[in-house]
Amino acid sequence: GGGAVKTRKPDNTAFKQQRLPAWQPILTAGTVLPAFFIIGLIFIPIGIGIFVTSNNIREYEIDYTGIEPSSPCNKCLNVSWDSTPPCTCTINFTLEHSFESNVFMYYGLSNFYQNHRRYVKSRDDSQLNGDNSSLLNPSKECEPYRTNEDKPIAPCGAIANSMFNDTLELYHVENDTRTAITLIKKGIAWWTDKNVKFRNPTGDGNNLTALFQGTTKPVNWPKPVYMLDSEPDNNGFINEDFIVWMRTAALPTFRKLYRLIERKSNLQPTLQAGKYSLDITYNYPVHSFDGRKRMILSTISWMGGKNPFLGIAYITVGSICFFLGVVLLIIHHKYGNRNTSADIPN
Amino acid sequence: MALSVDSALYRWQRLGAKSAPQTVSESTPLLFSVRDRLKLNLNKWRIVFSNNGRQQRGWDQASRFYSGNKIQTTKYTWLTFLPKNLFKQFHRLANLYFLFLVVLNWFPQMEVFHREITMIPLIVVLLASMIKDAIEDYKKYQFDKKINSSKSRVYDKKDHAYVEKCWKDVRVGDFVQLQCNETIPADILLLYSSDQNGICHLETANLDGETNLKQRRVVMGFSSQNTSFEPEFFQNTIICEMPNNDLNKFKGYMEQPNHERIGFNIENLLLRGCTIRNTEVAIGIVIYAGHETKAMLNNNGPRYKRSKIERRMNVDIFLCVGLLFTMCLVGSIGHGIWSGSFPEHPPYDVPDENGNFLSPVLSGFYMFLTMIILLQVLIPISLYVSIELVKLGQVFLIHNDIDLYDEEADLPIQCRALNITEDLGQIQYIFSDKTGTLTENKMVFRRCTVDGHEFSHQENAKRLETHKELDLEDEDFAKLQQFTLPQMNIERPATYQRTMRPLRRSQSARAHFQGHTRSRSLGRRDSNQSQVAFSSTIEKDVTPDSRLLRRVREAALRTENLSPFIHMKTATSFTDFFLALAICNTVVVSTTTEPRQRVTVPPPIKPSGITLEKIHQIFQRLKLVSLSQSFSSSQSSSDLGASFSAKNTEEHLATLDCCDNDDSCCDSSRGAGLQDKSSTDFGSASLDEVFQSVTHGTLPTDFCYEAESPDEAALVYAAQAYSFTLVSRTPEQVTVRLPQGTLLTFDILYTLGFDSVRKRMSVVVRHPLTKEIIVYTKGADSVIMDLLEDPADTNAERRMKRIKDKTQKHLDYYARDGLRTLCIAKKVLSEDDFQKWANFRQEAEAAIDNRDELLMETAQHLETKLTLLGATGIEDRLQDGVPDTIAALREAGIQIWVLTGDKQETAVNIAYSCKLLDQRDTVFTINTENKETCESKLFGFIPTSLPASEIPGPEFGLVIDGRTLDIILQGGLEERFLELARLCRSVLCCRSTPLQKSIVVKLVRRQLKVMTLSIGDGANDVSMIQAADVGIGISGQEGMQAVMASDFAISRFKHLKKLLLVHGHWCYARLAKMVIYFFYKNVCYVNLLFWYQFFCGFSGNTMIDYWQMIFFNLFFTSLPPLVFGVLDRDVSAETLLSLPELYKNGQNSEIYKLSTFIITMLDAFYQSLVCFFVPYLAYKDSDIDVFSFGNPINTVSLLTIILHQALEMKTWTLFHWITIIGSVVIYLTFSLIYNAVCVACNPPTDPYWIMEKQLSEPAFYLVCLITPAIALLPRFEYFIFALRGTFGASLLLKAQQLDKLPKGQRDCEIQKLRSRKQATSDAPVASAAPNEDLDQRNSHFLSSGIASPGQDSGNLTKGKAKNFNCGSHRRSVSAVTL
Repeated sequence: GGGAVKTRKPDNTAFKQQRLPAWQPILTAGTVLPAFFIIGLIFIPIGIGIFVTSNNIREYEIDYTGIEPSSPCNKCLNVSWDSTPPCTCTINFTLEHSFESNVFMYYGLSNFYQNHRRYVKSRDDSQLNGDNSSLLNPSKECEPYRTNEDKPIAPCGAIANSMFNDTLELYHVENDTRTAITLIKKGIAWWTDKNVKFRNPTGDGNNLTALFQGTTKPVNWPKPVYMLDSEPDNNGFINEDFIVWMRTAALPTFRKLYRLIERKSNLQPTLQAGKYSLDITYNYPVHSFDGRKRMILSTISWMGGKNPFLGIAYITVGSICFFLGVVLLIIHHKYGNRNTSADIPN
Repeated sequence: MALSVDSALYRWQRLGAKSAPQTVSESTPLLFSVRDRLKLNLNKWRIVFSNNGRQQRGWDQASRFYSGNKIQTTKYTWLTFLPKNLFKQFHRLANLYFLFLVVLNWFPQMEVFHREITMIPLIVVLLASMIKDAIEDYKKYQFDKKINSSKSRVYDKKDHAYVEKCWKDVRVGDFVQLQCNETIPADILLLYSSDQNGICHLETANLDGETNLKQRRVVMGFSSQNTSFEPEFFQNTIICEMPNNDLNKFKGYMEQPNHERIGFNIENLLLRGCTIRNTEVAIGIVIYAGHETKAMLNNNGPRYKRSKIERRMNVDIFLCVGLLFTMCLVGSIGHGIWSGSFPEHPPYDVPDENGNFLSPVLSGFYMFLTMIILLQVLIPISLYVSIELVKLGQVFLIHNDIDLYDEEADLPIQCRALNITEDLGQIQYIFSDKTGTLTENKMVFRRCTVDGHEFSHQENAKRLETHKELDLEDEDFAKLQQFTLPQMNIERPATYQRTMRPLRRSQSARAHFQGHTRSRSLGRRDSNQSQVAFSSTIEKDVTPDSRLLRRVREAALRTENLSPFIHMKTATSFTDFFLALAICNTVVVSTTTEPRQRVTVPPPIKPSGITLEKIHQIFQRLKLVSLSQSFSSSQSSSDLGASFSAKNTEEHLATLDCCDNDDSCCDSSRGAGLQDKSSTDFGSASLDEVFQSVTHGTLPTDFCYEAESPDEAALVYAAQAYSFTLVSRTPEQVTVRLPQGTLLTFDILYTLGFDSVRKRMSVVVRHPLTKEIIVYTKGADSVIMDLLEDPADTNAERRMKRIKDKTQKHLDYYARDGLRTLCIAKKVLSEDDFQKWANFRQEAEAAIDNRDELLMETAQHLETKLTLLGATGIEDRLQDGVPDTIAALREAGIQIWVLTGDKQETAVNIAYSCKLLDQRDTVFTINTENKETCESKLFGFIPTSLPASEIPGPEFGLVIDGRTLDIILQGGLEERFLELARLCRSVLCCRSTPLQKSIVVKLVRRQLKVMTLSIGDGANDVSMIQAADVGIGISGQEGMQAVMASDFAISRFKHLKKLLLVHGHWCYARLAKMVIYFFYKNVCYVNLLFWYQFFCGFSGNTMIDYWQMIFFNLFFTSLPPLVFGVLDRDVSAETLLSLPELYKNGQNSEIYKLSTFIITMLDAFYQSLVCFFVPYLAYKDSDIDVFSFGNPINTVSLLTIILHQALEMKTWTLFHWITIIGSVVIYLTFSLIYNAVCVACNPPTDPYWIMEKQLSEPAFYLVCLITPAIALLPRFEYFIFALRGTFGASLLLKAQQLDKLPKGQRDCEIQKLRSRKQATSDAPVASAAPNEDLDQRNSHFLSSGIASPGQDSGNLTKGKAKNFNCGSHRRSVSAVTL
């Protein structure tokens, strides 16, 4: 057609002519001032809130490694994985304050690099997920803890092999009578780990012994995996202590949830102030790598365990922002008008 | 060391031996002759045998040797694609780096990621390039297929006829028959043309964009064979040069069976891709086919240059490599120490497969390599890909800028180099051509001087003034045109319909970014104006000077009435002058009525039968027409009457070049006898003859002149205005109609074309009346003046001297007026001299080696002892907006140099008129041929001007000419010259050759280490364009060579303003910020992993899932910087244009330099520390697992990195919002889905349910909130304080603030800002101080002048002192020319 003459004239559109409507913020004292004040006003209360919450958390920690010669566990310092009979020791301690709400019992390890690259990889997730072929033919990643005497190891790998195997028991000591405190061992792992990620191998019947037929226990373990616990829903791969161990810690000093102590009634605190004793079946050697072992009792808040850092950080940042706001305000008032020239309003 | 004939022969025999056992036979008779007579080197010469069965053996052998006509521009085939493409891709260092990492990761000792995962970046990059290459290649393949299968008529030896064949089947030696408007399939030697003169017309638009037609001639000896050409009997062997890409050179000869040689050159070659015009049939033999054709050899892809930012970036990448090395070393030593610190192996130290442990040293070494894999992202490989993408986007936007679009030519800006957009923002020096770049290159005849008399052509000047006004009102102008040229409008579209199609098709055969052809769109109203080269109305209509017109008429009449052999000296000067204007050129004549019909002979005479009444009628009409033209009616009618009454005389005198309708032409001017015959034969037709000529005279638009240079056309039009109309031109003859209507046909004996060395052209003709052999020469005044004859007798000598002096005076005046000057001279040769010279010339033409030198020599031999006829002044109008653009660029801190081949006076004048020089400027002029004086001058200027440069007083300009430049360049005075030039606001180099231009550009670029830009429009600017960092071609009147060599092609000089000030600024700011950001991003992110090494025993573990890590760079954070790089706009275009000073930001590389790089690096370190240690402290000594620890770190670093980008952004368009928010959303979505779905899909480390779990914990949000705040706090501060500065707000910030104002207010503010600045810069000028300073400087000059050797420097200082004392408004310090 005559009208539709094709020219090479560019389209006169906002995009092609770079005239798109745009918001153009300019960072000047004037525009940034409110932002600083707002940040300050928001952060300081948050910081105070976190700080108070963190301070309300009760926490008690005992190092039971037994480095000091005076420590009751000093005798066990040089245990090895397969020492029989197991070495036991008892540590007494006193809680100054009562623990009001539910108490989480952790064991803590120091200088234990669960995050070592090759260590972290030394596992087979599909074996742990209950895959039968992986059970008998674990992944190469597990080497050299893949097979033992030509039998596949279940669970294979270095992580499982080095599983924490101390047993901790807590007693409340009152007038020389030791009352065992009920330690709940279920519910310490992530629900998704327990129910989705970790599964026992499937097969006929529920006899774990039969299901793990053809496999062998990890080298360091005294018992095979199907004998970790007496209860069937906490045995085998879905043993919660095992699951917790398998979630490798991010930092060389870490704690792992060991047991839960539930508050029995509203009238009594979970752990009242007083004397306690901790019975330890000392199996886990840490002395060779300068490791430390701890037992930690802690209540938790809405934002997790005790950690004053966040609170302090929020308060500090909030204060700095507020201070800067004030400084900028002064600058803005004193020099701002002169520099940006009075005739250009912001 | 040419191979001997025997070896050549041996080669042929060897080739032949493969096909047939019997080698040399009678079928290749040539070879014997070759052996006898030639030293032929087959590496140097190509031998072509015809494919007609006569030289079967030779052809068989040769055709195997030469490439066929099938073109294959594709790089790959289906089979070779993968290996070839991979091979090509691994030539890039980046890909090799990737490959190295992949291979490293293959070793179990160093395996950080899954082997497959490491390959992902590599595969993505390879695949992306591969897909791009494949698509490109497929497109090319389809083009090739289309081209290859186009049809052409080729002679078949079996059928003894021409048959249709595909282009790809055409072989070297084939005879090809071409029809009008057909595209030429290969490089073909023209053997036959249906044109009786053996001429074939070509349109080379596809090759060089020139739309004017070119002539090609049939090889000498064949043109006489007027009978149709029979390929069957062709027995000659062709020997020519090897394929090369020089479009303007070709030589060779044809060996006839009788060993006679016929030479040929480029004039006889039809080039592939061109279109045959105005010639019914042409036949030729294929010389080069396929990829060996000149067109294909010229077909280079887009240019690849490395921009300044990229060079800077590469340095920084090496810094990054150093950083990476250090970090890896820290990791490796750390790991060695760490693993050596255990007395026995802890349970978390996993032995290798066989249960062995590595020694700490070895594991430390392995760790080094592992860390390289881990920290690989530190080297921002993705940066290269991103930069390429961003530049594509930038190029797209530049290309689509409507302000850089030229309505008239229908041309947007062409970005031919894709990767130097940001260089546009950093230009410090501009080197510009003058003609066609600053000026329009539309030559308009303004004035002339003949025989020492000057004719001012005031009417013409007036007309031009009014024309300018009309030009402004575009619509009116168009109407006017339609009114004045009705027949053109009707005829043209039809022409175009016909010519467009083949033109388009072959245009597509060119590489992608070469499609800068000037084919005009159909039906555009201004198409008729620019369609015929150099013939817009403004150039065509020359209003004659009435005084001169009278003189010319008188002279012409006298010549006619008196005997032609008794010359009145002055009278012939006038006629000769205009004859020279009309003849001495290479202008091709075509009519406007027929579609580009070439006029080679005067129109055929109609059968008689025209009554006297009719003639009367015609005269009536004529009167009217003459009235409408600007000369007086009485004059014209008397003239016409005179010419009519003189018809009887004409019968005897005029040679009537005539033709019958049946094409049997009587070549009347060959001999005297013939002339008699013709005059008697056509005596009866003389009335019609007059009738014919007169009618032609009434319609000056009847002829279109297509010239190779616009000057020529302007001169021919000028001659036409004085009724010396060029009617036809063939290689042998040129016909001019005289004012009386007489047709004079001159035999052209020789044409010595124009070249830049001789700076002149000549034609040797035989005058049809006097039979004298006359040389008409036209050239630059400096050259012609030196070649003038010194007559023997004193009287004449005095006269000549007077004329010469007067003319020189006029010339100087013209030049001062900014006109281009040309001198016209003539020389009469005696028959003997001519014969001698002709023999010499013929020898030269037949020579094979150093033919060019010989030809040059013969030309110089002829062009001596000339008689000056006169000189012309042609105006080249300044382009629109040039002064404004130059002023703006100057304000932007760019130094502008003009390098021109023009005369100094002309150039200086143009420089003043386009504000390159200011009236207030002090102008240094250096013209010398003496090294010492030159040195002393340079020396004299510099020390005195140094202190002056510190005060913003009067600025300096430097004018220098080509000879002086030569001395400077050869004499080792470059540094001194640059020292001086640097102080000058502008530098003007006149009379410079193309080579000098490029040397100057290179000199400045290398010595001063500055960013240079060259802009030019002609072939003479090509070397300069290529020498500069950024080459800009103006697609103007002078063909496409400049455009082909350029990085950007624009159509007007004024477009440079927006291109540099706006797009340059934007591109630089965008890209510089993006590059800095990329470095920051990668360092910031990678350092997170590095910090973690301190907590995992330097084992090379990561706390972030591999996929999330890889996608982090690939998807989550890749888009915002890209959008930023393409679309961010720190200051609006309007503000950038009105405040050119903002350009200095990019010029001084203020955004991306070492200091900003280091600051950014430090910032990146700080931010990564914050992003790592805030989560670390928050989760310290808790039951956090590896990925649960990494997840908040990953998230906060993403937020920080994105927010950092957000802080950098100055404009938030919808795209910015989408990408910024989209990136976070994509990250969250991906993480949520991936963490929910992947239970055991990524063994052995599955981040199952991590994100979900953390999103339900308040601590995660608290960490995510505070970390970016801490990380960006210093940046925030930095921004505020750096931009505000303690010294007041920067101009950039001010401009940004201006942008926010409503338009009216903004303009007002900008005005204020500028006036304030001007006031400060003008203040010292206004005060008395600089004047004192000048006086002081004067005394300096004087003292230095006395000290320095050579008297000229004394002259110089005197001249200067005088100038200063005069206090003239233009304080030009001009040295005395030596």
